[in-house]
Amino acid sequence: MSDLLIDLSSWACLLTGGLFCAIGALGLLRFPDFYTRMHAASVTDTVGAALILLGLILQAGVTLVAAKLVMIGLLLYFTGPVAGHALAKAAMKRGLVPLLADAAPSSSPAPTSPLAAATQHAASPGTEDAPSKP
Amino acid sequence: MFAVTTLALLITVSLTLARAVLGPTVFDRLLASNTIGTCTVLLLAVIGFLAGRPEFLDLALVYGLLNLVGTVAVLKFFHDGKPGDHRRDEEAVRP
Repeated sequence: MSDLLIDLSSWACLLTGGLFCAIGALGLLRFPDFYTRMHAASVTDTVGAALILLGLILQAGVTLVAAKLVMIGLLLYFTGPVAGHALAKAAMKRGLVPLLADAAPSSSPAPTSPLAAATQHAASPGTEDAPSKP
Repeated sequence: MFAVTTLALLITVSLTLARAVLGPTVFDRLLASNTIGTCTVLLLAVIGFLAGRPEFLDLALVYGLLNLVGTVAVLKFFHDGKPGDHRRDEEAVRP
C-alpha cells in the first residue's frame, strides 16, 4: 500500500515535471522578446527540474542515489539564478532594450524589434509636417 | 513512466534547439544553450533510472558544473572582450 502510494506520487511528479519543462520550452520558442523568453526559460529551470528530481528521489528511497539527486537539485538551484543574472546583465550592457507596452502604441501595428520602434518613433514628427496633411 | 518523462525532455530539447537556431540575438542562443544544459542534466538522471544504472548521476553532476562554467565564460567574453580581462569601468577608476 505504501509502495503503491509512493509510486503514484512519484509518477505524478515525473509527469507534471515533464509537462512544465515542455511548457517552458514552448514559451521560449513563442515569446516575442529576449527578457520574456528568459521568464519562460526559468519555468524549465525551477519547477520542471524540481518536480522531476523529486519524482526520482521518491523512486530511489533513502539511499546514496537520493543524496546524489539532492546534490544535483542544489547545484541547479544555485547555478540557475547565477546564469540568469549574468545573461540579463550582459544583455542590458549590450543595449538590448526590453519590448515595453508603452513603446508600441495600440493604433500602429506592433514593431518587430525595439530598433524598428525607435526609428518609427523618430520618423513620426517628420510625417506630421508633411504638406499632404488634409 | 521514465520513458514518458524522457520523451517530454526530448521534446523540450528540440523546441529549445529551434529557438537556438532561430534566435535573433546571441543572448537568445545562450539562453537556449543554458536551458538545453539543464535539460541534459535531467535527461541523464532519468535515463540512469530508465536503464537501471545510477552511475549516470555522477555524469549529470559534472555536466551541470560544466554548463555553468561554459555559460559564464561565454557571457564574460561578450561582456568584457576576453575571459581574463578586467571590467572596463574598474580600469577607468584605477589611475
